[in-house]
Amino acid sequence: MGTRKGLFVLEGEPGSEFSIRTRAFVGDPVDYATRDPRTGRLFAAVTSPFWGPRIWFTDDLEDEWQPARGVALPKGGSDALKRVWVIVAGEQDGLVYAGGDPGVLFESRDDGATWELNRALWEQPSRPRWRRDSGGLSVHSIAPWPGNPQRLALAISAAGVWLTEDGGRTWAHGNEGIVADYLPEEARATAIDLCVHHLERAPARPERLFLQFHGGVYRSDDAGRTWIDIAAGLPHDFGFPVVLDAADPDSAYVIPVTTADRVTDGRVAVYETRDAGATWAPRDTGLPQGDAYLSVLRQSFAATGEGDSLELYFGATSGEIFGSADAGRTWFGVAQRLPAIASVRPA
Amino acid sequence: MATVRLRGQLEKLAGGESTVDVDAGTVTELLAQLEQDHSGLEGWILDERGELRRHINVFVNGEPAEPDTAIDDKDKIEILPAISGG
Repeated sequence: MGTRKGLFVLEGEPGSEFSIRTRAFVGDPVDYATRDPRTGRLFAAVTSPFWGPRIWFTDDLEDEWQPARGVALPKGGSDALKRVWVIVAGEQDGLVYAGGDPGVLFESRDDGATWELNRALWEQPSRPRWRRDSGGLSVHSIAPWPGNPQRLALAISAAGVWLTEDGGRTWAHGNEGIVADYLPEEARATAIDLCVHHLERAPARPERLFLQFHGGVYRSDDAGRTWIDIAAGLPHDFGFPVVLDAADPDSAYVIPVTTADRVTDGRVAVYETRDAGATWAPRDTGLPQGDAYLSVLRQSFAATGEGDSLELYFGATSGEIFGSADAGRTWFGVAQRLPAIASVRPA
Repeated sequence: MATVRLRGQLEKLAGGESTVDVDAGTVTELLAQLEQDHSGLEGWILDERGELRRHINVFVNGEPAEPDTAIDDKDKIEILPAISGG
């Protein structure tokens, strides 16, 4: 888990509290941490208030972390990298992606030791019209296409969905159908400053994607070109993360929060669909049901496994983590009294 | 040449050297030269724009320095994280 005060690695058996196995980057904001399932390599995106944003990696938690090279904007420009939001394994040996602020994608072809900026996205002609939201201008979601390194979808807050079919040499917007209620009606049709909060691809049906928007939950069945709103049936259409069951392309899980204050509305509930968003059901057994106003950030909800044994975990900025070992039917407390949680990833 | 003292992470990134000599006329020149001489330090003190990172302080002979502060031979330079907390 990435927290505002360092990396925490927890371990335990689903159903009871986990223990802290180790900590790293003590005191520094760790915005994201993950393990590459292909190599076992661990990555942490650390935004030191002193030394700047950086990706670190280690092949063994007992070893020292190494700073990766090349995670930076071109030298001599007018901007500097502010933060790394996400790190994702690619669909080729050694290929790893990282997304960051200001709206940038980095690629590594040596398992994350060295990185290069994706120039085509950096040099997008529309970039001057991209808008920062309260969290920055961030590439926070990277969705590879299983088995095809040429195809990739990105989500940028607030510059919408971007698609490539040639390995990142060219990019096209994929925003049709997304409605930005926060813009004047006349501006919505041509808006590109779209505040996507999180995007996920269904691996069993790669042309299907789900996204949580800044007001709205959407599904695409054509690889991200067009979108339909599937938020009907949710108590609030606002939220940040979205998680899928890899085995079921009709599945999605979201955590609705109120639009006004962006926290749960006093009770904490995960909502699940198993029919691609036609209906939603609350999954709240074991979650706080009174006086609970949690903020769950976009990288703080994750899944591992699949089907009936799908494990789900989410953390809040209150320092609490909740887990489910039965696809959301029941929940248990994983940990509490931790620093504000920025990301949760099963490793 | 001025002598730069490196501590903690910067010392590690410079290959374990706790002091290095750098020939430069100003603080900005010194930091750029330091990064050029020790590639592991690239991006740690100056950002991509060439600006000193916001919460890093440079001292020349114990006095807080600005990017255009002049450096003389035999000056002693320290590069330290700012006080944090609150």
